[in-house]
Amino acid sequence: MLSVGDFIVLPSQNLRKQEARASRRRSIDRWFGRIGLLSTIGTLGVLAILLLNLAASGLARIDWQFLLSFPSRRAAEAGILSAWVGTILLMIVTASVAVPLGVAAGIYLEEYAAKNKWTDFIEINIANLAGVPSILYGLMALGLFVYQFRFGQSVLAGGLALACLVLPIVIVATREALRTIPAAIREAAFALGATRWQAVWHHLLPYSTGGIATGVILAMSRAIGESAPLITIGALTFIAFLPPAPILAQAPFMSFDWLFSPFTALPIQMFNWVSRPGEEFQSNAAAAGLFLMLITLGMNGVAILLRKHAQRNIKW
Amino acid sequence: MNPIPAVQVSGEKDIAGVEVKPEVKVEIQNLSFFYGRNQVLRNVSLDVPAYQVTAMIGPSGCGKTTLLRCLNRMHDLYPGNRYEGSVRLHPGGTDILGPGMDPIRVRMRFGMVFQKPNPFPKSIYENVAYGLRLQGMNKRRDLDERVEKALRESALWDEVKSRLHQLAHNLSGGQQQRLCIARAIATDPDVVLFDEPTSALDPIATSKIEELIVEMKKRVTVIIVTHNLQQAGRISDRTAFMYLGELIEFGETNRMFTNPAKPQTEDYISGRFG
Amino acid sequence: MGTLPANSRRLDKWVEGGMVWVLRFSGWASVLVTFGIVVTLVTESAPFFGHVPFRRLFTDTMWTPLFAEPQYGIGALLAGTLVTTGVALCVAIPLGTLLAIYLSEFAEPRFREVVKPMLELLSAVPTVVYGYFALLTLTPLLQKIYPDLPQFSMLSAGLIMGIMIIPYVTSLGEDSMRSVPMLLREGAFALGDGKLGVALRVVFPGAFSGLASAYVLAISRAVGETMIVAIAAGLQPRFTLNPLESAATVTAFIVQVSLGDLPHGSIGYQSIFAAGAVLFLMTLGFNLAGHALRRRFHRAS
Ligand SMILES: Nc1ncnc2c1ncn2[C@@H]1O[C@H](COP(=O)(O)OP(=O)(O)O)[C@@H](O)[C@H]1O
Ligand SMILES: [Mg+2]
Repeated sequence: MLSVGDFIVLPSQNLRKQEARASRRRSIDRWFGRIGLLSTIGTLGVLAILLLNLAASGLARIDWQFLLSFPSRRAAEAGILSAWVGTILLMIVTASVAVPLGVAAGIYLEEYAAKNKWTDFIEINIANLAGVPSILYGLMALGLFVYQFRFGQSVLAGGLALACLVLPIVIVATREALRTIPAAIREAAFALGATRWQAVWHHLLPYSTGGIATGVILAMSRAIGESAPLITIGALTFIAFLPPAPILAQAPFMSFDWLFSPFTALPIQMFNWVSRPGEEFQSNAAAAGLFLMLITLGMNGVAILLRKHAQRNIKW
Repeated sequence: MNPIPAVQVSGEKDIAGVEVKPEVKVEIQNLSFFYGRNQVLRNVSLDVPAYQVTAMIGPSGCGKTTLLRCLNRMHDLYPGNRYEGSVRLHPGGTDILGPGMDPIRVRMRFGMVFQKPNPFPKSIYENVAYGLRLQGMNKRRDLDERVEKALRESALWDEVKSRLHQLAHNLSGGQQQRLCIARAIATDPDVVLFDEPTSALDPIATSKIEELIVEMKKRVTVIIVTHNLQQAGRISDRTAFMYLGELIEFGETNRMFTNPAKPQTEDYISGRFG
Repeated sequence: MGTLPANSRRLDKWVEGGMVWVLRFSGWASVLVTFGIVVTLVTESAPFFGHVPFRRLFTDTMWTPLFAEPQYGIGALLAGTLVTTGVALCVAIPLGTLLAIYLSEFAEPRFREVVKPMLELLSAVPTVVYGYFALLTLTPLLQKIYPDLPQFSMLSAGLIMGIMIIPYVTSLGEDSMRSVPMLLREGAFALGDGKLGVALRVVFPGAFSGLASAYVLAISRAVGETMIVAIAAGLQPRFTLNPLESAATVTAFIVQVSLGDLPHGSIGYQSIFAAGAVLFLMTLGFNLAGHALRRRFHRAS
């Protein structure tokens, strides 16, 4: 690429040295570019291998029988019915606590709270809470919800533990969504005589639903995959029944008994199967893992698209 | 108005009509530049004389910065940029835009000082030594010597000699900019490019830097972009006036400020636009 | 002036006043959660620390609080946590930093925009799935290279944990590297430096406190990770620093005890809260340090 003439004509004392250093730097850059690209592909490859691996040993197990059977001592007859029902019920509890509480906390911190040491304290607290290991939420739930509040080893205790766990995610997402709305929008609402809450309810919340929804989906996907806090409250038991139905055929048509029912969940069921010897149980575990992966990666994918979409549509 | 001497792109005639042909350092020929599809420089041809200060003036957005950054191939850092034409560095006449020319080598011959001081998050000493190390100088004694020389040449030595190993960010804005000058001249480049080096500084810091630039031309060729006409008048030997990506007029600074050849130049200098 | 709609304004005022209280309570709810964690850990582990002499935590070499002749050497659990975290960091810090440099300084913006969220998926994978992968895929693979590797090993768990925390390093690291101003890079390029040189000599020091905060938060994440180590590193406490062996971490011990019957107030029950308290203090330290570094980075830039 470099002709001999090039370094004869540039005037300097150390031309050869300079020339050599420049081309060395260029080839270092080229090599690093290749290494970086390979590492990126390799790292993403782990994800692909993980999925293929689960599919290879689990795909064959997935059928209606697997979806609609209770766990069993015989691997071939076992299924994940009580696990996915339990996961759905847990998510109902988690979402109905974490979403309103988290969104409200986000609104408070972003729109209401004064800039003072109390607010600083809450903020540091949230940042730390986001880094508390999930198993400690389980210990809190065990001491507080299971024994202190006497909820027992129930859907309610598990759902609340997961709600506390994902609360910081919802708060942070809400705050970030609100922060992208320019001050001019708030001022426009106030200028028309809106109270602060009216500005929030009529303008800020509707304009930030995209961002908040993204955060809520990510929070729920985190909660679905968690097993450690559920294990500590004692959810790892053999559950071959479904919690009582929330909807009844006769008056009062609704029941909340399911909240206090023992439960199992998808990641717990998978853990149970992983820790058993025997290839058959391992392919049950792979099948449950495949489900979990598809659900969480799917939710994350939706969140990514939603975030892209929100960014593209709103240009303040 | 008296008969206007023909505008000459290279060389200049004095009143007696005798050719005074200074040695040319950078020879820009038919240079066009594109940011993607957007053409910003149109066919600029200009001979920058050696060991002189050449100022580039013109209204904001006319392409001064763009031209300056062609000379050390800074545009290569971003995708989609395209040069046409040639820029030859003398003596030798290598085309620095030519195929196969390594931008890194070009940059080792051209120093650059930016609009805002941009010292690295390192010590004063390490800032100045950075370019020297890149050129392969590793011995502490050589480095010490060259760092001191560069700091003396940028009139900073006395102010910083007792704290060479403190962070450069603790210096004042003017000192930081002089440090950046020291960094640029430490490696003995052929040409130093200045892009509005005083636009972020107060008048006292500005005049110090102007003095430095005048002093510097004994050793290097200087090209300076400025939107401050007084500054161009004070420190430059030659001035190039640009407008909308074209070079309108190029000549000796005194002549151009008193007797511009082109009506656009006169309008600009007399403050009728820009 | 026209007449103001007085009645509806009064209602608005009530709503406003009520909502302020609802929102303020929600804001403080997160503090309540922290409070709940701290109080539970303290009160439930108090009996444990009450009857175990403090000295024995450090002088005993085994952690067997449930045995008839109990030993209380918390060091056995801490060693497991230290080794698995160490292995994970050996993967995540070099690889994560490399990816951060590559994405921030070398990759095309379009490529980066696609790849970054995909990398973040690595930390969204349920940890029980990672545990499965470590135990049933990676360990057999490692056993081909090193046949004496036991079925449960800290090496295998640590390696997979390293993959899991890569996004913490890469994402935060890349953000802080990209927030180093372009003007600074240009200063170095103008002196003739190459891309990697600029990245290592100018961008890296400029973003260092941001990167350091990424490392510290990744450490905290590794220390608190539970399922991968519980599944793949083994559940038996063992005082060893050899990653080729199996040993329980602080978190794995909690899982191991929780798997059994756990009556309220039993010694087992108390011991997992004691382990939890230790875990809380460790991660709290890392989290506070990480956030302090991050704040410093934002103030500096
Ligand atoms: N990175 C860029 N991409 C596209 N256009 C640019 C870019 N930088 C500058 N321009 C355009 O090029 C023209 C010249 O800019 P510049 O050289 O910075 O002007 P000056 O320094 O004379 O004020 C302007 O119209 C500007 O909008
Ligand atoms: Mg400019």
